[in-house]
Amino acid sequence: MRTMSTWMFALVACVVAAAVFFFVPFIGKILGWGDYIYIASYTVLQYVVLATAWNILGGYTGYVNFGSAAFFAVGTYTTVFFHKLYPLPIPILVVLAAVVGGLIGLGMGYLTLRLRGAFFSIATLAMAVVLQTLIVNWDFVGGSRGAYVIRPASIVLFDSYIQYLFVIMLALVVIAVTVARTIERSALGYGFAAIRDDELAAEASGVPTLKLKLIATALSGAFMGMAGAPFPYFIGFLQPSGVFGLEYAVNSIAMPIIGGTATWIGPLVGAILLGTLQQVATVTISSAVNVLMVGLLLVFFVIVAPNGLVGVVQNLFRKKPGAPS
Amino acid sequence: MPFDLLVSALVAGVLLGGFYAAVTVGISIAFGILDIVNIAHPAFIILGSYIAYILNAQFGIDPVIAGIIALPAFYVLGAAVYQVYYVSFEKRGKEALSGLAFFFGLLFITEVLLILQFGVDYRYVQAGYIDNNLGKFLGLSQSLPKLIAELPMRMLVPCVMSILMFGVLLIVIKRTFIGRAIMAVSQDALALQLMGADPVRIKRIAFAISIATAAMAGAFLIIIQPVEPSVGREYIGRVFAICVLGGMGSLTGTLIAAVLLGVAESLTATFYGPSWAPAVSFGLLLLTLAFRPSGIMGR
Repeated sequence: MRTMSTWMFALVACVVAAAVFFFVPFIGKILGWGDYIYIASYTVLQYVVLATAWNILGGYTGYVNFGSAAFFAVGTYTTVFFHKLYPLPIPILVVLAAVVGGLIGLGMGYLTLRLRGAFFSIATLAMAVVLQTLIVNWDFVGGSRGAYVIRPASIVLFDSYIQYLFVIMLALVVIAVTVARTIERSALGYGFAAIRDDELAAEASGVPTLKLKLIATALSGAFMGMAGAPFPYFIGFLQPSGVFGLEYAVNSIAMPIIGGTATWIGPLVGAILLGTLQQVATVTISSAVNVLMVGLLLVFFVIVAPNGLVGVVQNLFRKKPGAPS
Repeated sequence: MPFDLLVSALVAGVLLGGFYAAVTVGISIAFGILDIVNIAHPAFIILGSYIAYILNAQFGIDPVIAGIIALPAFYVLGAAVYQVYYVSFEKRGKEALSGLAFFFGLLFITEVLLILQFGVDYRYVQAGYIDNNLGKFLGLSQSLPKLIAELPMRMLVPCVMSILMFGVLLIVIKRTFIGRAIMAVSQDALALQLMGADPVRIKRIAFAISIATAAMAGAFLIIIQPVEPSVGREYIGRVFAICVLGGMGSLTGTLIAAVLLGVAESLTATFYGPSWAPAVSFGLLLLTLAFRPSGIMGR
């Protein structure tokens, strides 16, 4: 695993994704969920992309983004905007959403990243409120009333539209995780880690910190935008209050932190576990209790196990004194 | 006529600004002076609003009195939160990422607990003065100038009380021993320790004071407008915008910045519509961060 090349990893990821694709319908049959399994797993996969995207900035460089919901919403509303102009295929919309999300990330980063990390975090928090204000006042994309996005009745090659959306999200997961892992093992990733550990020392040693932070913000924003792009077709009726909702902001932070922020595995594990737990939980308990559960888990983990589940497992298996904590 | 509109928007903005000062002063202490990024502060403010609501609805206590009653409890709460924060993050040197996530979690836990307990209905308080204006309240509608007579009590009371609280805090910080110790700990905790004072204790007291102000700010908030649990999130942008614009730890700067934001929001709401008001604080925050990160009273 340690020395696997990027292409090899991408191949393995594709194989795993293909396996998921074939097994999910079986799980659905066993549970008696039918097509609902696609809805549930789409949501989990969407969180994997969001958590991985958050971790590229938050986990690797240590800059906390509270505005995940805003970036996600940027992606969804890019889709709504183009849907109203001219219906494009979703993969193109995903690329467009990535561009818009990346640019907003870049702009936010440029204005605030020269200062201490806390300012960036606060700015992202406030940005969510403002983008929501913009969307609420922008009638072309539905304003506060919301927007209907009617999905096509059928799609070539796939059994159903929801299956198509599921496959797109699966592909995004493969891309996001592969990119995250590649960054981790590249000069870029070492630069990020240097920023996280001691930004001043990194700057003094010639690491171009501002440039690297901007790359991280843009990449992270782009992936969050991508995660949002197919969402209007998934949900059908889009409301600003829903897209900017609590669960996106809290989940995309809680999942990487609960999984472990140092590696690409952490957000993946965190999102799959927490996402699945929530999917099961929403059937039985209310969504408010759901968010409460995530909040409590988040606080529990940052206090008790700051390195997440991955850190816990690492501590169990290799008790080397020099091991990275 | 537009001139009248402008004047009344300015007056409303100043009243709003006075209230914003009370909302922000806790953040100015926690974030500006102690360097603790307490993004959960608005959630504590909403908690304060609900306590004022309960005391008002159950026992008919005036909301301002209710805020004062809640002060000790919030002080203890603040001290407890700081203790957890200190042991879990500050001591380990992990306050950057984990500390932020901790407060973010607190924000959600508080909000969701309130939703579970009270639902998402708007709650409000009742007091004799709330629906009056100053002229009617004093029975002087005829003799006072129109502009003053029409000042709404629902804005005036929170504003005056806020400035009162602000003044008390200013005296505590500038004149008392503990206040000076708080300023000292923000400058150099190590030096303070060498002088024989315990920086952790000082910071705990300061943080407890900052949370205690949320009890008052919450009571003021529910006088001004009906409150539901997620209202707090609108204040996150505001409080940090004011805090940064005011120059972080500077209390005087906070007051000036609060009034500036109040006026800016009031003018925006009057001339462009209230739905744009939340964007003002963010614009102000971004502009400040981009062009003058040290704020107007920056040291």
